[in-house]
Amino acid sequence: MRIQVETTLNGEPTTFLCEAHHSLLDVLRNGLGLTGTKEGCSTGDCGACSVLMDGRLVPACLVLAPEAQDRTVITIEGIATSEALHPLQQKFLEHAALQCGVCTPGFIVAAKALLDANPNPSETETRYWLAGNLCRCTGYDKIVRAVLDAAAEMSSGKAAAR
Amino acid sequence: MLSIRYEAPRSIAEAIHLLASDPGAHVLAGGTDLLVQFRAGAKQPSAFIDVKRIPDLVGISLDTNGLRLGAATPAAAICEHAELGRLWPGLVEAVHLIGSAQIQGRGSVGGNLCNASPAADTTSALIADRAECVIAGPGGERVVPAERFCTGPGTTILRRDELLVAVVLPRPPARTADAYFRLIPRSEMDIAVAGAGASVTLDASGTCTAARVAVGAVAPTALLVDAAGQALIGTRLDEATLSLAAAAASAAARPISDKRGTAAYRRHVVGVLAKRAIVSAAARARER
Ligand SMILES: Cc1cc2nc3c(=O)[nH]c(=O)nc-3n(C[C@H](O)[C@H](O)[C@H](O)COP(=O)(O)OP(=O)(O)OC[C@H]3O[C@@H](n4cnc5c(N)ncnc54)[C@H](O)[C@@H]3O)c2cc1C
Ligand code: FES
Ligand code: FES
Repeated sequence: MRIQVETTLNGEPTTFLCEAHHSLLDVLRNGLGLTGTKEGCSTGDCGACSVLMDGRLVPACLVLAPEAQDRTVITIEGIATSEALHPLQQKFLEHAALQCGVCTPGFIVAAKALLDANPNPSETETRYWLAGNLCRCTGYDKIVRAVLDAAAEMSSGKAAAR
Repeated sequence: MLSIRYEAPRSIAEAIHLLASDPGAHVLAGGTDLLVQFRAGAKQPSAFIDVKRIPDLVGISLDTNGLRLGAATPAAAICEHAELGRLWPGLVEAVHLIGSAQIQGRGSVGGNLCNASPAADTTSALIADRAECVIAGPGGERVVPAERFCTGPGTTILRRDELLVAVVLPRPPARTADAYFRLIPRSEMDIAVAGAGASVTLDASGTCTAARVAVGAVAPTALLVDAAGQALIGTRLDEATLSLAAAAASAAARPISDKRGTAAYRRHVVGVLAKRAIVSAAARARER
């Protein structure tokens, strides 16, 4: 049974068709061509599929696509503006916090959720928050440094703007 | 070709009707157990009944009597609630242990209970806190204590056409607090080898006047260990008393041996965890 779903995706009203059992991850990648969100495990273990739904960090592999009806969904494609990368993205580049890059979108979306709620997280808070994101190549240290550096820059930016 | 339906009822009555009219329908809360089991082929629902659009099932309400947690409220909303962490730090610790930030964005206390894993982290904490489960069915509502909700691994007292609506907790009396501890081999993202929750009430002189201890992952269901709670009452929680309570928790355990630990190890460790939970709950109770 095909279901028509109306949602807001990265700020744009979006309509898609899906089956009841399709995951939001399936629809993003295969239906809508938004392949930034990655599939690592499909069992909630790796965080590669992290998206924000109504502002909350969720694993898109464990969300049914029809659940997106009337919700707002933000994926990695909605993090940068047309002018500039998000500070998290910039800092991942500067700190070389990626190698193959498969985990990177998930880390950036998860880190954005952290900084939205807690603009100045400690290193411990950052490490625990990102415990559901797995990286097989980079090692976590550069990733954590990049997130903390982005947090520092974002809060000093805000301080300067005041 | 699968022909599975997705339904998002807006009321409890509508959800019960959907469950009653389709024996293959499964309730979907956060899906962090159900969708994993579905993708693995372990469950083959004919319909997903998504209960998160039913107002009674999502949300947290706190008043002078106590707490009502909508069964499908995501764990993250519970962890963010400032008052809950103050009143039930042990329960919030248990909720905060579920999976990762992502899993907590979806997973619910109701799902944790209904999935009925013996190792479910919130179940022992809920039992220690005297939680009751509000269940709705075609005949109306019934209320069951948390320690009677699960009947075995993966089974509960819910009938096919019943829904867990909420979990309610009485407000802790003066100088009462809770704690929950589990043992996992890693520091995050793992399933308990053993777990223990405790709630302790002290009088002004520091004598224990009420206590509940519950253990998880050491029997087919989480267990209320009456003997451990009883051992504490009337004492000042001296070392000898704590050892008695730990021994009672170990004695109540009926663990299995598996890849996470042997039965003997689990039996020992659950006593240690019970003792730590009691000590931590008592320290918190003294501060109130
Ligand atoms: C990576 C990962 C890590 C995890 N870590 C932990 C952990 O550390 N500790 C732990 O305890 N668990 C853990 N879990 C398991 C799971 O996240 C929890 O059990 C969670 O609380 C389930 O809630 P849910 O809302 O996602 O349930 P769902 O998957 O939606 O439902 C679970 C079951 O309960 C039924 N159900 C749900 N709600 C109701 C209701 N209101 N009425 C009737 N039936 C209902 C469903 O039909 C289904 O059978 C983990 C899972 C994953 C994927
Ligand atoms: S693909 Fe969703 S958590 Fe791994
Ligand atoms: S950069 Fe390859 S998995 Fe993280």
